[in-house]
Amino acid sequence: MKIEPVGMREKTILRVVARLFIPFILLFALYVQFHGDYGPGGGFQAGVIFAAGFVLYGLIFGLPTLQRVVPFIVVEASVAIGLLLYAGVGVATVLLGGAFLDYRVLDAHDATQGLHLGILLVEFGVGLAVAGAMLVIFYAFAGRRSD
Amino acid sequence: MAPIELLLFAFLIAVALLVARLRDLLAAALLLGIFSLLCAGLFVLNDAVDVAFTEAAVGAGVSTILLLGTLSLTRREEKSQPTRWAPLVVVFVTGGALALGILDMPAYGDPTAPIHQHLAPDYIAGTAAEFGIPNVVTAILTSYRGFDTLGETAVIVTAAIGILALLASGRRWKGGAP
Repeated sequence: MKIEPVGMREKTILRVVARLFIPFILLFALYVQFHGDYGPGGGFQAGVIFAAGFVLYGLIFGLPTLQRVVPFIVVEASVAIGLLLYAGVGVATVLLGGAFLDYRVLDAHDATQGLHLGILLVEFGVGLAVAGAMLVIFYAFAGRRSD
Repeated sequence: MAPIELLLFAFLIAVALLVARLRDLLAAALLLGIFSLLCAGLFVLNDAVDVAFTEAAVGAGVSTILLLGTLSLTRREEKSQPTRWAPLVVVFVTGGALALGILDMPAYGDPTAPIHQHLAPDYIAGTAAEFGIPNVVTAILTSYRGFDTLGETAVIVTAAIGILALLASGRRWKGGAP
């Protein structure tokens, strides 16, 4: 008899429900991410929800499976890229002749469009950094459990 | 104060006392998740939906999972310790001082409190006039307080680096299993 390596693999209901739910959790995270200007939410909340979807996957299907879906190097990179994107927008506004993080200069013709673009990019950076950080922490904790 | 708020506050206090009394750490971790959810409910009643969102996602969701992950590395029961009276006295004196301090605060949810009169009207007017977006919180976080949010993102990144340095020492992380 084959012994399953992870605790919850044999729970059929959990697996089926998780498979149904995870796409909607990720979709909801994207909605919160890109609809943050108009409704509640933004990069931070979206990052946490996005990471929570993967954490659920990891809890049900095991850490090794999760690491095949999202390799650790991707998680680690998204933490750094998120912060660099945020700071990079600031540097870009300086290079375009504005103050640091003054998004209005991002669009040469319409200051409001520049503000929207800046907010979108910065929120995306926050989302990447937060989702990555949450998964890094989860990987670190869950990885200790298995040894 | 609305009856629903009184009810949530009563639950909040009951859950907090229960968490402090419990020896079963698994139950305490799950109750802390409920505590966060009650807080999120209170934030919603104060129209602070963004904060409620964060509290529900982080406090009730991710941190509960992290607490459970930590519990799987340690024991489920708290070791029983003899009651020490000096810390109890310190806690009560500090709590009493804080309670005295909040007597001078504006009433709960008072819209005319000083904190709502200083910069908030400018932010609310400016968001509609300059940004053309309805969510004032997004405008404040990313633009008016853009430096703060950059710093907060750096704090989160630092936390991730710190966790890696603490829990992943002496192992190869690159591409492989931790």
